[in-house]
Amino acid sequence: MKEFQYKNPTRATWAEDYSFLNNDLDNSKLEGDKNKKSNLKVTDLNLYIHQHHILKNVSLEIPDNKITCIIGPSGCGKSTLLKTFNRLIDDTEGIRYDGSIWVDDVDIFDKKTEITDIRKKMGLLSQRPCPLPMSIYDNITFGCKLHGIRNKKRLAEIVEEQLKAVGLWEEVKDRLHAPASKLSIGQQQRLCLARGLAVEPEFILADEATSALDPISSKHIEELFVELKKDYAIILVTHTLRQALRIADHVIFMYLGKVIEAGPADEIFNNPKEELTRKYLEGAFS
Amino acid sequence: MNRILKNKIAAGMMFSLTLASISLVVLIGMGLYLKSAPIFKEHSLWELISSADWQPSSGKFGFLPFIGGTLWITGIAVILALPVALLTSIFLSEHSKPYVKKWIFPALDILAGIPSVVYGVWGILLVVPWVSEVLAPHFVEYATGYSTLSGGIVLGVMILPLLISLFVEIFAAVPRDLRDAALSLGATRWQTSKLVILRKTLPGLLAAVMLAISRAFGETIAVLMVCGNIPLLPHSLFDSCYPLPALIANNYGEMLSVPMYESALMLAAFFLFIVVLIFNTSSRAVIYKLERKFQ
Ligand SMILES: Nc1ncnc2c1ncn2[C@@H]1O[C@H](COP(=O)(O)OP(=O)(O)O)[C@@H](O)[C@H]1O
Ligand SMILES: [Mg+2]
Repeated sequence: MKEFQYKNPTRATWAEDYSFLNNDLDNSKLEGDKNKKSNLKVTDLNLYIHQHHILKNVSLEIPDNKITCIIGPSGCGKSTLLKTFNRLIDDTEGIRYDGSIWVDDVDIFDKKTEITDIRKKMGLLSQRPCPLPMSIYDNITFGCKLHGIRNKKRLAEIVEEQLKAVGLWEEVKDRLHAPASKLSIGQQQRLCLARGLAVEPEFILADEATSALDPISSKHIEELFVELKKDYAIILVTHTLRQALRIADHVIFMYLGKVIEAGPADEIFNNPKEELTRKYLEGAFS
Repeated sequence: MNRILKNKIAAGMMFSLTLASISLVVLIGMGLYLKSAPIFKEHSLWELISSADWQPSSGKFGFLPFIGGTLWITGIAVILALPVALLTSIFLSEHSKPYVKKWIFPALDILAGIPSVVYGVWGILLVVPWVSEVLAPHFVEYATGYSTLSGGIVLGVMILPLLISLFVEIFAAVPRDLRDAALSLGATRWQTSKLVILRKTLPGLLAAVMLAISRAFGETIAVLMVCGNIPLLPHSLFDSCYPLPALIANNYGEMLSVPMYESALMLAAFFLFIVVLIFNTSSRAVIYKLERKFQ
């Protein structure tokens, strides 16, 4: 993985103070502990809500073991696209879509596809942390139990493992059975991440997952993403360009429901091909 | 006039209105108590509520049959209505298509708006014969159908629309993010409703049930039309019973020449008042606790 080289000095300052980025894992280490391949590919996706054409001819591919940031002005369809990946969008009134989304070579729009299987593959992190109305422990085991893990000892192991993975173990190990809502908002968001990881997904979908958090918690989550990309394909919808600059490996720029440009982060940020992208990066609209 | 003064006046007015409505409750309670006080000169409270002997003309005022009848009927109504209301409202809010809701909500409003006496007539025409001819023969030798069970069924149907619309409202208040969180972990819709939505809304659901119970306690006309009105403690679902509100409605204004009779009826009203009051406050305490537990 290449280090970013910021040709534009003003933009370079955006990424100040995030030295942890330099701890990037090198590729050789990645290949070692990874044998599954996560694959997500969208072809000709069109999505309508009632009469509104929300996503227009979207085609894209999400690389594995990378952080893909979806950027674009608000209302351009980022959240909608993300929710289409795990078909949470189905619950929207007046929804219609065509095209296909391939997840590990299965079309998720296919009638034969089990929707819960698709969702199990995608951990979701929403804008505001949303702990389930139960204890910290039960939040983590919720998904595992749904998928048939009943063994108490195994469940306890998973809880410890996942809480450690998100750096929450030391903070909560003495009150695992306290309601999750008692945690601070930053802790809640990490808990939600751990809860998602516990069902062993392949993808992590995050929709502006740090926008409700304070800067420290926010940074904590970003660090986790960087850490986690060795095992997952991470797709972030991000509200700030700065965040994308800091952690994106791959960038998708959307505008008015269309994918305008997609590619490696350094290319998009330093050398955008499209005029619209350039304007957006220069802050012409937001 | 400046803004601060306006605010102060508005706040003061709202405060005095609140105070007025609270004192109204206190006044009603006191009025009922004072009116019923004479009976305590001759009987102790314990005697009144524990005795099943109701013979006003010989000065015997045992309220047990009425209290028992009220509890039976309300209990049956809630037991019958609660599962139906829960399943219906889960279906409506979590599983049904929007156009189904569009049809069912007006229907519920109509049901809720039907005057109580119409439910009573429906009870006499359908429920009472059904209990007496179809159900009762399996269990007892003879039953008129004017029974505790009929009262409970009619009352259950009456509180059903209230329960369903309260429940649906409560489910609608659950943020979509919470559903999405459960669904995205691979839960089915039913698992989401059962394990997350119900749990999240438990305090609200409980409050709704309490509200329905308070209403059921006081429901009078429809129940008195089908429950037989015999002042004996019911021993089976097919026995007649005589709930407290029916006692008051049937007898107030008549037989007031009998000594202490008015006082006794006032005491019945006072009982109702106290029961509803206790129910409301204790339910609030429960809800408060639960809310703190699950947030
Ligand atoms: N339930 C809905 N009904 C109608 N329009 C919707 C609905 N949800 C989203 N939209 C529209 O879809 C577009 C994309 O929304 P969204 O995906 O939330 O944008 P973003 O996340 O990029 O800000 C917006 O124009 C929005 O108005
Ligand atoms: Mg959005």
